[in-house]
Amino acid sequence: MAASFGVSSAAVQAVKSSASPLPSPPVIRSEARPISGRINRSRKAGKIATHAVAARTENPASAASKTGHEVLLFEALREGLEEEMERDPRVCIFGEDVGHYGGSYKVSKGLAEKYGDLRVLDTPIAENSFTGMAVGAAMTGLRPVVEGMNMGFLLLAFNQISDNCGMLHYTSGGQFTIPTVIRGPGGVGRQLGAEHSQRLESYFQSIPGIQMVACSTPYNAKGLMKAAIRSENPVVLFEHVLLYNLKERIPDEEYVVSLEEAEMVRPGKHVTILTYSRMRYHVMQAAKTLVNKGYDPEVIDIRSLKPFDLHTIGNSIKKTHKVLIVEECMRTGGIGASLTAAINENFNDYLDAPIVCLSSQDVPTPYAGTLEEVTVVQPPQIVTAVEQLCR
Amino acid sequence: MGSWFARSRSIPYLLKRNISFLHANSSCKTLPPYKSPHGFRERPPASILSFRRLESAMVGKQAQAVAYTDDDGESQSIEFPGGRVGFTTQMEFISEATDKRVPCYRVLDDDGFPIAGTRFDQLDEETAVRMYKSMVSLQIMDTIFYEAQRQGRLSFYLTSTGEEAINIATAAALSPDDIILPQYREPGILLWRGFSIEEFASQCFGTKDGHGKGRQMPIHYGSKDLNFITVSSPIATQLPQAAGVAYSLKMDGKEACAVAFTGDGGTSEGDFHAAMNFAAVMEAPVLFICRNNGWAISTPVSEQFRSDGVVVKGQAYGIRSIRVDGNDALAVYSAIRAARMMVVREQKPVLVEALTYRVGHHSTSDDSTKYRSVKEIEQWKRSRNPMTRFRNWVQANGWWSDQEEAELRGTLRNQVLKAIQVAEKAEKPCLGDLFSDVYDKLPSNLQQQEKSLRQTITRHKQDFPPDVPL
Repeated sequence: MAASFGVSSAAVQAVKSSASPLPSPPVIRSEARPISGRINRSRKAGKIATHAVAARTENPASAASKTGHEVLLFEALREGLEEEMERDPRVCIFGEDVGHYGGSYKVSKGLAEKYGDLRVLDTPIAENSFTGMAVGAAMTGLRPVVEGMNMGFLLLAFNQISDNCGMLHYTSGGQFTIPTVIRGPGGVGRQLGAEHSQRLESYFQSIPGIQMVACSTPYNAKGLMKAAIRSENPVVLFEHVLLYNLKERIPDEEYVVSLEEAEMVRPGKHVTILTYSRMRYHVMQAAKTLVNKGYDPEVIDIRSLKPFDLHTIGNSIKKTHKVLIVEECMRTGGIGASLTAAINENFNDYLDAPIVCLSSQDVPTPYAGTLEEVTVVQPPQIVTAVEQLCR
Repeated sequence: MGSWFARSRSIPYLLKRNISFLHANSSCKTLPPYKSPHGFRERPPASILSFRRLESAMVGKQAQAVAYTDDDGESQSIEFPGGRVGFTTQMEFISEATDKRVPCYRVLDDDGFPIAGTRFDQLDEETAVRMYKSMVSLQIMDTIFYEAQRQGRLSFYLTSTGEEAINIATAAALSPDDIILPQYREPGILLWRGFSIEEFASQCFGTKDGHGKGRQMPIHYGSKDLNFITVSSPIATQLPQAAGVAYSLKMDGKEACAVAFTGDGGTSEGDFHAAMNFAAVMEAPVLFICRNNGWAISTPVSEQFRSDGVVVKGQAYGIRSIRVDGNDALAVYSAIRAARMMVVREQKPVLVEALTYRVGHHSTSDDSTKYRSVKEIEQWKRSRNPMTRFRNWVQANGWWSDQEEAELRGTLRNQVLKAIQVAEKAEKPCLGDLFSDVYDKLPSNLQQQEKSLRQTITRHKQDFPPDVPL
């Protein structure tokens, strides 16, 4: 029960590695909190538990708390939102149909009734506008959470996200902070058509000044939502259309998850598989097959898309010496492309084989179900890739 | 519809606890809607802000209050989402233009004498003289900084020549608590609020003393203390942000408003329309001020829009609007004061179109004689100068003299020149400022990049400018 110790194992590893002359950069910020690994059973004023999740079993929440409660992922997001709105009266929500309708995926259901429709604001249809509005509100002291009905629509808000969210803190000389959270469902769904199947993390990853995280389980969804709201930086939280109904038992006590840390889903020693969001489940499905065939893959959900948690990733590579990246982005210019470059630059010496990256093709997502299925990476491909890597 | 009212009772309890209601009204009962027989809602003084937002969100209800009979005697109406609407059997198109353009509110005539019968907010001597002196400061600052750019000492500059009245009169009419979201031709507001010439120079020269820490190009001023949001180059992006600022002020129950500026060109941007719509729907206290100076770099207004200027766009979004002579300092002062009062008391947006003329070039990267006649520019500069008009009025009141003018100009000129000299030689921001403030704390990738850059500089010292502190 690593969680009962005062220091998380990730922090311990970080301390060890910072003493060594190896070039891997330390994980930011999570190390700075010495007592953060402990679950706070008695919630003191202002103290919250931060789980550094480096050494975790597949079902982290049940190890942490036997009591807990079962939630679906969208309910976990809502819990996170509600707790933060309760805790800090400056938190507000903007988006289309977030108010009495409760959001298109019910993430803000019931919040307008509880907090009023000023704090949970239904906006007219103009993404650039309500994102700009969030920037203005953030500069004057509020903490807005902006919902894009679908991530793809936030392309209309690109200017506000890039030039204003990302840059105003810098260009104003640090005078104005923009603590916004921009969230919404993205990724390839079930026959939603090309415009509703965008992977915006590809386009946003270059914007200086923002952070990007992707949730994949109810546990990390709630934790990331809370952490994102508390962060002083603008954070883009990527949810996936197909993951909203995942069920998991999460702790009753309050917890926050680090924005810059990756999650160890399955420790192993033959190959490091890096993935995030929905592809995590395809990878785990492939992992079952691989285990039956005698392989021992280490699966890491990178969670933090900007910046990458090169500390956790690096430690894994030093152990396995082989990397497979499984992503839903398109081949060109996706998260996988950047991650490949970052790993090659930092851990080239530790690689026994070139990095393999499985991504979607550079095509708009087709509507036809059969075609859509083959545009995303499927478990058999992952199995084949591992077999080839480990030969 | 009933559920709207039921929900509204609980809202004030749940809003921020430190909302200060302008009237002590802690009993959170539903306010009875105030209705006049003409269907125009008269608002009670700003008290429980959230209620009115809910109530007025129902456009249909509002229209329903009117017993529908229109002048043609059509006593029937049909109901659609959005409310009741009368119908007519005559197919009539609304004309794209009215016979007469919307008139322009004006106080002083071309020579600076109050027009008979005009109503305006009387200025006291102190305010009037301060306003005039600020206009002179702005003009001198613009002239000298522009010259400095031409001499190669500054990389870029943008003047507000011809728009001094809008700059200063607006600033004087607002409260220091009002948050300004500028386009870029409003430095006069900063000047009025106390930004010093030295601070202007620091920003333009990108020194370490500048508020922007040398990160933005010249004239992109910003000051949190003076409630002036940093200028951002893309046009009209500040307009939706103004809705957000206003939303924040509304939540806090502050007696202040957001003031967003744009030019005539900016009203073509999608952000303008969306921001106006948002502000109207949310009943956000935003004062939109459009400086219609006739030119968007080389695009004249005839090629920018086909409507009667910008003022008519207000009604399209359900926003009250007014057109004012932007070169008449008194008219601008009165109109902005009235508009601000409406915005703050009624908690709804107002649009002010200030007609003026951009005497200078768009910026130092522009030569406007290429697309407009020198004669036109000269005419506005000489005979329709906002500063001359106001000066005549101030002098006619016995509050100013030629001698004071000469003295002021001399002093200011020296002050600006000195400020430029000092800023030119001042230290530039240190290397660390390249990486700080991207995030709240320096993340690992930026730490790495900074380290790498410093290593490179150490190895190749001769290739790097010697005056950048490390």
